[in-house]
Amino acid sequence: MDALLALEDGRTFPCRCFTDSGEAWGEVVFNTSMTGYQEVLTDPSYRGQMITMTYPLIGNYGVNEEDVESERIQASAFIVREYQPHASNFRATSTLADYLNSQKILGVEGLDTRALTRHLRTAGAMRGYISCHDLDPASLVKRTQQTPVMVGRDLVCEVTTDKPYKWEQGRPEKLSVDTQDMSPEIWKHRKQKKAVVVFDYGVKYNILRCLEGVGCEVLVVPATTDAETVKQLNPDGVFLSNGPGDPEPLSYAVETIRQLLGVFPIFGICLGNQLLGLAMGGKTFKLKFGHRGANQPAKNFQTGRVEITSQNHGFAVDTDSIDLSGVGVTHINLNDNTLEGFRHQGLRAFSVQYHPEASPGPHDARYLFDEFVKLMKERHA
Amino acid sequence: MPKRTDLHKIMIIGAGPIVIGQACEFDYSGTQACKALKEEGYEVILVNSNPATIMTDPETADRTYIEPVTPEVVARIIELERPDALLPTLGGQTGLNTAVETARLGVLEKYGVEMIGASLDAIEKAEDRDRFRKAMDTIGLKVPRSGIATDIQQAHAVADQIGFPIIVRPAYTLGGTGGGVAYNPEDLETIAKNGLDASLINQVMIEESVIGWKEFELEVMRDHADNVVIICSIENFDPMGVHTGDSITVAPAQTLSDKEYQIMRNAAIDIMREIGVDTGGSNVQFAINPENGELVVIEMNPRVSRSSALASKATGFPIAKIAAKLAVGYTLDEIPNDITGKTLASFEPSIDYCVVKIPRWTFEKFPETQDLLTTSMKSVGEAMSIGRTFKESLQKGLRSLEIDRYGFGADGRDEDQTPEMSTIRKKLSNPNSNRIFFLRHALMRGMPIEEIYQLSGIDPWFLWQLQQILDFEPQIEKDAAAGDDGLPGETVMRQAKRLGFSDHQIGFLTGTSELEVEKKRKQAGIRPVYKLVDTCAAEFSAATPYYYSTYETECEARVSDRKKVMILGGGPNRIGQGIEFDYCCVHASFALREEGVESIMVNSNPETVSTDYDTSDKLYFEPLTREDVLHIVEKEQPAGVILQFGGQTPLKLAVPLARAGVPILGTSPESIDRAEDRKLFQVMLNKLGLVQPPNDLASNIEEAVAAADRIGYPVIVRPSYVLGGRAMKIVYERQALENFTAYAISVAPEHPILIDKFLEDAVELDVDAISDGQRTIIGGIMEHIEAAGVHSGDSACVLPPYSLTAEVLEEVMAATRAMAAELNVIGLMNVQYAIKDNQVFILEVNPRASRTIPFVSKATGVPLAKLATKVMLGKRLDELGLTEEVIPAHVSVKEAVMPFNKFPDVDTLLGPEMKSTGEVMGIDAAFGPAFAKAQLGAGQNLPTKGTVFISVENRDKPKMLQVAQIFIDTGFDIVATKGTTAFLKQHHIPAREIHKVSSGRPHVVDAIINREIQLIVNTGTGDEPRRDGYQIRRAALKFAIPYATTIAGALAMARGVSALAKEPISVKPIQGYHV
Repeated sequence: MDALLALEDGRTFPCRCFTDSGEAWGEVVFNTSMTGYQEVLTDPSYRGQMITMTYPLIGNYGVNEEDVESERIQASAFIVREYQPHASNFRATSTLADYLNSQKILGVEGLDTRALTRHLRTAGAMRGYISCHDLDPASLVKRTQQTPVMVGRDLVCEVTTDKPYKWEQGRPEKLSVDTQDMSPEIWKHRKQKKAVVVFDYGVKYNILRCLEGVGCEVLVVPATTDAETVKQLNPDGVFLSNGPGDPEPLSYAVETIRQLLGVFPIFGICLGNQLLGLAMGGKTFKLKFGHRGANQPAKNFQTGRVEITSQNHGFAVDTDSIDLSGVGVTHINLNDNTLEGFRHQGLRAFSVQYHPEASPGPHDARYLFDEFVKLMKERHA
Repeated sequence: MPKRTDLHKIMIIGAGPIVIGQACEFDYSGTQACKALKEEGYEVILVNSNPATIMTDPETADRTYIEPVTPEVVARIIELERPDALLPTLGGQTGLNTAVETARLGVLEKYGVEMIGASLDAIEKAEDRDRFRKAMDTIGLKVPRSGIATDIQQAHAVADQIGFPIIVRPAYTLGGTGGGVAYNPEDLETIAKNGLDASLINQVMIEESVIGWKEFELEVMRDHADNVVIICSIENFDPMGVHTGDSITVAPAQTLSDKEYQIMRNAAIDIMREIGVDTGGSNVQFAINPENGELVVIEMNPRVSRSSALASKATGFPIAKIAAKLAVGYTLDEIPNDITGKTLASFEPSIDYCVVKIPRWTFEKFPETQDLLTTSMKSVGEAMSIGRTFKESLQKGLRSLEIDRYGFGADGRDEDQTPEMSTIRKKLSNPNSNRIFFLRHALMRGMPIEEIYQLSGIDPWFLWQLQQILDFEPQIEKDAAAGDDGLPGETVMRQAKRLGFSDHQIGFLTGTSELEVEKKRKQAGIRPVYKLVDTCAAEFSAATPYYYSTYETECEARVSDRKKVMILGGGPNRIGQGIEFDYCCVHASFALREEGVESIMVNSNPETVSTDYDTSDKLYFEPLTREDVLHIVEKEQPAGVILQFGGQTPLKLAVPLARAGVPILGTSPESIDRAEDRKLFQVMLNKLGLVQPPNDLASNIEEAVAAADRIGYPVIVRPSYVLGGRAMKIVYERQALENFTAYAISVAPEHPILIDKFLEDAVELDVDAISDGQRTIIGGIMEHIEAAGVHSGDSACVLPPYSLTAEVLEEVMAATRAMAAELNVIGLMNVQYAIKDNQVFILEVNPRASRTIPFVSKATGVPLAKLATKVMLGKRLDELGLTEEVIPAHVSVKEAVMPFNKFPDVDTLLGPEMKSTGEVMGIDAAFGPAFAKAQLGAGQNLPTKGTVFISVENRDKPKMLQVAQIFIDTGFDIVATKGTTAFLKQHHIPAREIHKVSSGRPHVVDAIINREIQLIVNTGTGDEPRRDGYQIRRAALKFAIPYATTIAGALAMARGVSALAKEPISVKPIQGYHV
């Protein structure tokens, strides 16, 4: 079925729908990872975004039950060059189109995705609208312009968990208590495992898998959970998760983090990194078209080595805005020298802008989870 | 870490001659490495025996030794040059093996030479099967179950433990020589024996078969700081069991989820670290069980490989260049990414297109060999194609192959339109060079994908892609039938083009023609766009103009308003068309740059220097077909196109392109045609008073017999037109003539048979000349060592000539000039002459670059291809400073290198059909040492003492005496067959008699096996002595014993051996010969 993608600046791309017909809107972004479309689709950081994969053939290995990063598809639409209806992989349980249809997510193909990517590279990430019904370019462009902008919007509230849950044996285990009723008894393995409170701003499952993998007992709490509740739980550490959109409007989260700084060891990833930066008095800004892919080089100043990292962010912490007393820049992006990680030695807090949990992407930076455990151990030492 | 300042002089070992498994990709990598190191201010010393390379151009390295790539010679050069370091990882397996052997001689230690890139220990750990297996065990990776055997008994014992089928892999070989799959103990007996012989250390690994598993490769780079990046993933279309060099391969990997890909990536990084490759590129091969994802490591090459070249071209990331920089101490984050100009080399390329590589085989050259693909590589070249989808890329790749196909079938070129189902099944389950087209047959006959998968092991994902291409054909047909012009409408036309269909295919499917389709399509504005290969999937803007075509909306080609000239490359390597033509194209590009003209290269061969992104101002990685080339011409509007340099592939396009109004530079297509057309050519010769050997045409056996009677035996018989094959034969009598004529007629029934007088014992000459339209300068005259009748590409030759009178040479030069003037040659011309009894016969004229141009240029120091390019741009030779012939004082010998070790059962006798894959050059002050060097370079172990076996036919006996005398004088013993012994004794030359193979044991082959014979002289041209000699020649090949099959060759060999025995090889850089 014919479809049309319109961008807010008036550019349009005729395409075809490879899923059930429909309409979708959101910020159009590109991802350069050649594998991992299922992880990308289910990554809550993509909330409110329509993703185009730069690799043209998508759907090759189907989808399965394991490679999910949250309980649902988060992207608002999927834009590919050529959809592959015949999946081939021993783990595949379904095709991508069926998967998208099962969650009513629109998928389109057949457009010049490289032209789209180049446009976003030069003009910046922007709002878009896809429709299978309204194929009139002028009309669809106009509708695009009426959709909300990304900057200043709180998307976290759409993806955070409404109730706390434990992550056990690779899966979420719902708790019967509400956030405010939790007590330190919630930790069942206090002696053997490090107790970690994870602020869910849109956490990827693989972060939870990694935390569990390095021996943490993981409690995931809603983004709005306040500092007192966390203090009362007395965890060994606090983790600030990734998440979608602009960090600026999340003042509640920034305030909570500020209150927890120095109290517990803190580790943040992606949006968590930005929120930690804001909590330490820094500023964030929107990147022109963001970093989304699995090949971003991050230089680690502690080892002198380059980590090939998985990234997905449209905002970044302004390096110059951070008060450098006590804070050390630990990583920078070698492509554009933006901040990729920092650490406050005294406050036992560190964070990275990239995704050490990968999924999709290289596993070069998994050591950060070990460092978090080390930091938690130091606190007790 | 910045570059090392404790190193000043670095030696690089090249890969030597082009052989199967080691082609021009190592010229590409070596040239990049030399350039990179020179750029950093290091003094670069190079050794490589292959003259047809850019890396052996005098400008590429500081001192270039065109000498045999052997440990002894490398040791001599080290002694002379005292380099600080040796970089062994850029010259293929030959470079690596030679470095290892040189190190083992203790030479590196003696002169304090550091091995950089990979240590001896790392190389051994990767190459020694047993150590590799243990290393994998240490890091918890699985390898197929296996055992090591150093003799046949052990091989059987290991096989018993593992169970059949098993794979035999010899240690230290290239292209899997001597390896294979054994399904039973009988197979094992043969394969293990071959493997043990082929291995440098007489060791084979007997390995659990993972035949049918999915095969993947990762190209990995590591620096001193232990940064490791993956440059490219490659998935093989053909599953395990087919050598990766013989597999269709695709980049990036298609059927791995991120989870599986990361497991493989982690494994590759762990392997890099465990093996301990300090810096540079390596290639790791994996197999995955399609049922459960089980991963096993197949092998690792601790060096730049054929796959690295492919990965470089597929991603735009210059692996060899970066590897060289890492070897001198840089880290990846200190090296810029040339393509973006802004980012660094420490990243992993992301690609937004699909790359397909398809091997090019030449089984038609070796009819005695079965067209069967195994773990021993047999292809001689490859084409790469880039498209936005696999389907588009595959079709482009198939029409790049130069096998007269226009895509995935639908082109009217199937030899058999409806093969038997049993044949199809057989062709699917036994991998062969035509399997891709049998997959089409199977799909057309409705065979289910699942069944095809079961038979072939090819992943269903690929099979579905093929099905999708096929499924679109009826749509094209239907749409065309519905239209009033018999052609598909705009929408279907556009869809077809997006699926990679060529105009020829659409024409075939609709019963129209390529030209009609083209006309309508272009009227509808359906043209390809050009996209950039940029390493980063458009995330950053790209600085280098490296393009591929596709049917999309946005074109990224940046067309300049400079004067520009387009060069058409040679396409995939095959026998007869190899690196020599790429050398010429690259020189054309350099010349254009020198003249301030924008150079645009078009080629489809990923192994070459010409397809390096910085060789030309622009690179279009495209099939060399009329349609694809015209599109680029229309986009770029070049002032002219050079197609004289790329061999047959572009030459074929001369007339069609000229007809389409494309300006062809240099000699006109009419002149080219005049030289190729038999009748026109004869008219010209008559006009100039020049002579051809008597010849005639025949269209049936009776006519052939009559013609041969008239001309006189022996005659050369060949069909005037053969698709894909060039069957040619010299026949001495009527029966053979009748047999072969019958065969030749059956090959091409509607075309006449050509019958030429074969000039027995004539001396053949190859002459290269350059002309600006007014003046013709002879670039070089090469005298063939083998007598006329051996293809010029297979014959050793000498420059300058050594046995001809000044009068004859003067006549040859005059004839060359006359023909150049008559054909109005602007550029290069090659003429082949036969000289019999001081009479000059013209065999062939080609007004274009020949295979010998690089050799002549290296021998004389005159860069003919560059000068020819400038002449084509309108310069006069005197303006370019070339006013007279350069006749060097030294002697240069070119020797051909044969692929017989890859083709069991093939007779090694040379004939009128070219079989060599490559060449080497020997250069020295005199003939003897120059010839000896050429032989050593070609892999012949010329002995300096021992026993020579001589068996020659009667007519050769008188001339054989001189040969025998030289051997005796050099201190050799002679054994000979009965007749030869008697003749020698008559002439007072001591000889011992030995049995022929047919006359009792122990016979000569027994003696060869027992290593009692060090050199063989065995002539014989009739059919019967051929059969008798066959076993001798195969045995000689197997035991690497030099053999001469002609008296001229034997004499040259005797002189070479004598020179070697007198004094050891001396070495001298090419820069020292031309001052």
